Amino acid sequence: MSNYQPTGGRLLTLPVVLLAVIAGIGLYYLGLRFVHGLGAVTQLNGAHAWGIWVVYDVVIGTALACGGYALAITVYVLNKGQYHPLMRGALTASLFGYALGGLGAFVDMGRWWAFYNIFLPWNMNFNSVMLEVGLCVSAYILVLFIEFSPVLFDKMGAQKLRNALNKVLFLFIALGVLLPTMHQSSLGSLLIAMGYKVAPLWQSLHLQPLLALLTALTMGFSIVIFEASLVNSAFRRHEETPLLSGLGKAIVGLLTVYLVIRFVEIILRDKLGLVLAFDMNSVLFLLETALFVLPLIVLLSPAKRRNGRWLLTAALSMLLAGTLYRFNAFLFTFNPGPGYSYFPSAPEVMVTIGIIALEILVYLLFVKILPILPVEEKQQSH
Amino acid sequence: MKRRDFLKATGATLLGSASSVAQARPNLEPAPEAVGMLFDSTLCVGCKACVSKCKEVNGMPPVIEGDAVQYDSARDLSGDTLNVIKLYQNGQANQKDQEVDGFCFEKRSCMHCVDPGCVSVCPVTALRRHPKTGIISYHVDACIGCRNCTMGCPYNVPQFEYDNPFGQIRKCEMCNQAGVERIDQGQMTGCAEACPTGATLFGTRNELLIEAKRRLTLKPGDIYNYPCGDVNHPDSWHEQEVAAYQPHIWGEKEAGGTNVLHLSAVPFDKLGMPPLPERSYASISEGVQHTLYSYLALPAAALVGLSYVVHRNTRDSEGDSDE
Ligand code: SF4
Ligand code: SF4
Ligand code: SF4
Repeated sequence: MSNYQPTGGRLLTLPVVLLAVIAGIGLYYLGLRFVHGLGAVTQLNGAHAWGIWVVYDVVIGTALACGGYALAITVYVLNKGQYHPLMRGALTASLFGYALGGLGAFVDMGRWWAFYNIFLPWNMNFNSVMLEVGLCVSAYILVLFIEFSPVLFDKMGAQKLRNALNKVLFLFIALGVLLPTMHQSSLGSLLIAMGYKVAPLWQSLHLQPLLALLTALTMGFSIVIFEASLVNSAFRRHEETPLLSGLGKAIVGLLTVYLVIRFVEIILRDKLGLVLAFDMNSVLFLLETALFVLPLIVLLSPAKRRNGRWLLTAALSMLLAGTLYRFNAFLFTFNPGPGYSYFPSAPEVMVTIGIIALEILVYLLFVKILPILPVEEKQQSH
Repeated sequence: MKRRDFLKATGATLLGSASSVAQARPNLEPAPEAVGMLFDSTLCVGCKACVSKCKEVNGMPPVIEGDAVQYDSARDLSGDTLNVIKLYQNGQANQKDQEVDGFCFEKRSCMHCVDPGCVSVCPVTALRRHPKTGIISYHVDACIGCRNCTMGCPYNVPQFEYDNPFGQIRKCEMCNQAGVERIDQGQMTGCAEACPTGATLFGTRNELLIEAKRRLTLKPGDIYNYPCGDVNHPDSWHEQEVAAYQPHIWGEKEAGGTNVLHLSAVPFDKLGMPPLPERSYASISEGVQHTLYSYLALPAAALVGLSYVVHRNTRDSEGDSDE
């Protein structure tokens, strides 16, 4: 039988109500956007065509939703079955992260009613990185939903459906590994065509997809650690630290590769001077690098790795690092030339915060109602 | 054994796809009968006749600031301005065409790139390069409004109508969009026709390049008879002293070149032209994209390999897990 169960408990708690209020405010401004146009709510302009909606909701949001992806690689490709208990929690968070990333992309689309054009074969431009991102993310949302559906079948007691799906589930799991590999790297490739507008420290051209993929993976592993510890403490559950510390080891490997590639590129392309210029870009770069290095130091020590609090600190730092890397590249240091600047408006920020609140809200409700989190150790079959 | 399976599958995938990996492509070549314009900043007097004419041709309202009713006062490109004349000023600003203490005017409109970033990044082929004329056109029916074209254009040209809930992208289509079709009808562009000094000159890219190169051989201070309108059969001529040109034709090579060429006496970076290498970013982006995915062959091969591994591993763990 299933070794997951709903956590139960009251649905209408204070955090839930607060989150609902924040989400409501965001939805209000989102409504304005549809009535009066993007210009009424955002500070987008002639050269800053992408603001926080694209950069946070889509580029960063989906990277933060890579938990399901990272864990699927661990469990199914590298065959580390002991991590299986974390799978549903990670999948659920990924499903919401991606669904809301898709929603973010949709509301940012200037011609949202024409979105289906991207699915019409005669329109597709296979040179476009954006096409690949659009198709791949859409397909992955579908795959995540299918991977998640056993949870619903369990709840409904639809054992037949569940068994039927089990026979082909491996195909969707494989897709669930392939699709994020493709679009997470492509999200980085989006930067290539922006050329000189992306600050030199972040314009790694051919290496963009690799750096994006490596950081997405580390973010995926970190979010699993982060979510598991958070959920465990919120619901006063037994900690999964030994399991999680194993994931910490994976992060060490990925981080090392990432940092080596990042710095070799900077040295070979003669950009080291920019690192030490101590202007805004250099400070942002140093901050970002520090956030990448901190988890590496923490996780290299076996003792700290097994300590729940250190592990959480490392995961948090890693999440911030990956987030800042993306913000820096797409937004903070983005410079399309003289005469233009962008700073998001309050309503614009509220929409993004509202979307995040909605995501957390739905996650909290789901784990209470549906069998998503693993049952306590003693009841487990292995 | 799982790891071995994984490596085997990965290896097979990589080998299978290596042969079909697309090579990074070089920059695109100019279209065979590419038409364009030559904007010579040293001839521009800042009258903005071209801005007004552009609005008239494209049915867009003038932008008016204060009492400046006669002239269009648009400061930059936008959803209803496809062409602007910008002022360069330095110090005293009393010497035309001088970098220090001087001033001059610079035209901003679509450069009609030879290897256009906007076309490369548009997911739905809403921007297209005409196979013969090289004109970059926009097709609203396909456009989803993602604005990647603005991000991918080195000159920030495509403009979304942000104040319209049902807006679209606007850009110069060389006066040849459906309903206007000036080029197809053998006319020249509106802005070139309106220009009184020949600062905006219409022609094929080849003819304009020859004319631009000729100007760079002239001696500053000599008198030259500048053609106005269409370089091939000028409406009129305009005699003027030759300015001290920068020895550089903007658009001959930048990011693969452009069909709209610029000449100036003030360095181009001072006029707000972007720092562009000769290699187009579009060619790099497409090369990376095609190398990674090699169209759909690599993902498909990878899927087969992955399914195999996952299938093995889900079976193996059936004993201790239910998924
Ligand atoms: S070619 Fe036509 S649309 Fe383009 S700037 Fe000139 S007048 Fe405007
Ligand atoms: S200037 Fe910009 S909009 Fe015009 S063709 Fe080049 S990339 Fe496209
Ligand atoms: S906004 Fe329209 S034209 Fe521009 S890239 Fe997106 S779909 Fe293409």
